[in-house]
Amino acid sequence: MDAKKRIARRAAKELMDGDIVNLGIGLPTQIPHYLDHNIEITLQSENGFLGLGPLHGEPIQDLVNAGGIPCGMVPGGAFFDSALSFALIRGGHVDVTILGGLQVDQHGNLANWKVPGKMIPGMGGAMDLVTGARRVIVVMEHCAKDGSHKILEQCTLPLTAVSKVHRVITECAVFDIANDQLTLVELAQEETIESLAKKTGAPFLISKDLKPIS
Amino acid sequence: MFGGFMGCGTPEKIVDLILDSGAKNLTVIGNDTAFPDTGIGRLITAGRVRKVIASHIGTNPLTGKLMIEGKLDVELVPQGTLVERIRCGGAGLGGILTPTGIGTEVESGKTKLNLDGIEYLLERPLKADVAILLAHKGDRRGNLAYHRAARNFNPIIALAADFVVAEVQNYEPEAYLEPDAIMTPGALVDAYIS
Repeated sequence: MDAKKRIARRAAKELMDGDIVNLGIGLPTQIPHYLDHNIEITLQSENGFLGLGPLHGEPIQDLVNAGGIPCGMVPGGAFFDSALSFALIRGGHVDVTILGGLQVDQHGNLANWKVPGKMIPGMGGAMDLVTGARRVIVVMEHCAKDGSHKILEQCTLPLTAVSKVHRVITECAVFDIANDQLTLVELAQEETIESLAKKTGAPFLISKDLKPIS
Repeated sequence: MFGGFMGCGTPEKIVDLILDSGAKNLTVIGNDTAFPDTGIGRLITAGRVRKVIASHIGTNPLTGKLMIEGKLDVELVPQGTLVERIRCGGAGLGGILTPTGIGTEVESGKTKLNLDGIEYLLERPLKADVAILLAHKGDRRGNLAYHRAARNFNPIIALAADFVVAEVQNYEPEAYLEPDAIMTPGALVDAYIS
């Protein structure tokens, strides 16, 4: 199983029955495939609805997800305008957001919207989501393609939000972030504390309940 | 101002009319610049736009290219802040206080207030000369209803422009819309095409 699938499978375990969840574009959209059958969540789509679901068959007119891709809707869903959508997001009505990151640091800062001089897609709804969701989980590959660290003492890229990330899930490890400190809570079986430390650009505590990645 | 999210909810026929009119040096305000061949992206492709105020330009590589070349002025605004700035522009409010953007480059040059221990940015209203909307249904009073995810910014921008024009997909010349089903009252709508 490749790294992204392993991350998505682990991230699915973060979701509780009844949660209102907003998933970022890219890797996070794979997470629902790995949900246990007895867990029912409601997906919020920032472009204006609750009840996002998979598309079965032909595209449905005027129904796209936050990436502009045709999608489906589950029974009981609801449409609304963008002001209500972001009132839900900013107002603490979304239980969990899981989104990708370029960098995360030990202070819980996230950078994921801009690489100066290279890529400036814009923040879209990410700043509001990270500011307003009750729980913020970042899923990303542990290191960049060039091997450089993505988990840092201090982000170097422009920030999406300050001190908002609760947990980071990578293919190598799961870290919790609190009080300006990373704590390792789960470790992949092929990693050791030493190998992980080399791949991680910030010091971390080790939970006394350290487990293998579930 | 334009309705739409990645082109879903943008009135393509009105975009055609703008292209035909020869209008240029436009400032466009809306969520995103869609794709080069879709929605407001077509105005960018045709070189009609001078400034973009949006939350996201990543799906339209031309917007980014022109911005980097200095040929297009782009102001990026968090999506929830953008929609609230438009809403308060149309609702007679002087601004909103939002925690979004605190500690990021979005706060640059803006007033910050600390209320009950929480820091907020003061974000000011946005208004426009013209708003272009896509509605699924409309009647001769100008009452509008939107369809599925094509609603997005449409009912919000209907408040915030001097001239509001809607492209109505299903115009009902004889009947009126059910009052409870109306999402934008006709009093806000100046003109429509169908």
